[in-house]
Amino acid sequence: MSSLKFHYVVDKTDFTRAGEASSDVKGKLRKMGCDPEVIRKVAIAMYEGEINMVIHAKGGVIDVEITPTDIILVLKDNGPGIADIEKAMQAGYSTASENIRSLGFGAGMGLPNMKKYSDEMNIDTVLGVGTTVTMVVHMK
Amino acid sequence: MTIGDIKNFLNADVLCGEDLLDKEVHTACGSDMMSDVLAFVKDQSVLITGLCNPQTVRTAEMMDIVCICFVRGKVPDEAVIELARQRGLAILATNMRMFEACGILYEKGLRGGASH
Ligand SMILES: Nc1ncnc2c1ncn2[C@@H]1O[C@H](COP(=O)(O)OP(=O)(O)O)[C@@H](O)[C@H]1O
Ligand SMILES: [Mg+2]
Repeated sequence: MSSLKFHYVVDKTDFTRAGEASSDVKGKLRKMGCDPEVIRKVAIAMYEGEINMVIHAKGGVIDVEITPTDIILVLKDNGPGIADIEKAMQAGYSTASENIRSLGFGAGMGLPNMKKYSDEMNIDTVLGVGTTVTMVVHMK
Repeated sequence: MTIGDIKNFLNADVLCGEDLLDKEVHTACGSDMMSDVLAFVKDQSVLITGLCNPQTVRTAEMMDIVCICFVRGKVPDEAVIELARQRGLAILATNMRMFEACGILYEKGLRGGASH
């Protein structure tokens, strides 16, 4: 089996649409008969990442590659970048505004959650240029 | 307990998912913070919340939650209900506040279930 690739543009202004890409990937994996636990890991990790792109970085693009052994998620934005990755990875650390919190996000659990649900995660970030988060979830 | 039982116990309206009322549910979580639901919920099938935006449905979808019950008389707009319908979720709406709704359901046997 060769690999499948999907490309998504995450809208920078429309918070109500955040999660559409993750939802689409979840549906695709389900149709492929992928293991439910693997689907759940991908869905949560990708959704947290997608939300971050909208609330912290004004959108971006997501590339998803599904191979026989892995699901690879690359989330790329041209946002402000992350000044201190170690700090950002701490549970509860958030720079989200009160407005974001009133929308139900900004508890500072997103990056730790992405780390928890992915089998491999890498953050590439440059201040003022953008952030690329790569996550890999292994098929069972 | 079924989703239909929840509707009765909370005197709730069914906004979508009438066909799911016979579905059995055993565990629930209550939160207005979707971040916390994503981080701390494991296998819960009901979400009780006062947060009424599309991300409530998205979060439920990602977590395989089958029923959302909005408290404090909150009613989402039609687009949110339509999204839930497409995703096969049941949506209930009650005038009760969070504490009351959770307390009644707990008393009737619904539990918090596993957490991370
Ligand atoms: N894509 C991103 N671009 C810029 N900053 C980010 C991005 N993702 C996360 N961050 C920073 O890392 C912090 C922690 O992220 P996270 O754990 O998801 O918590 P939250 O989203 O609730 O703030 C954010 O508050 C933000 O400062
Ligand atoms: Mg986040």
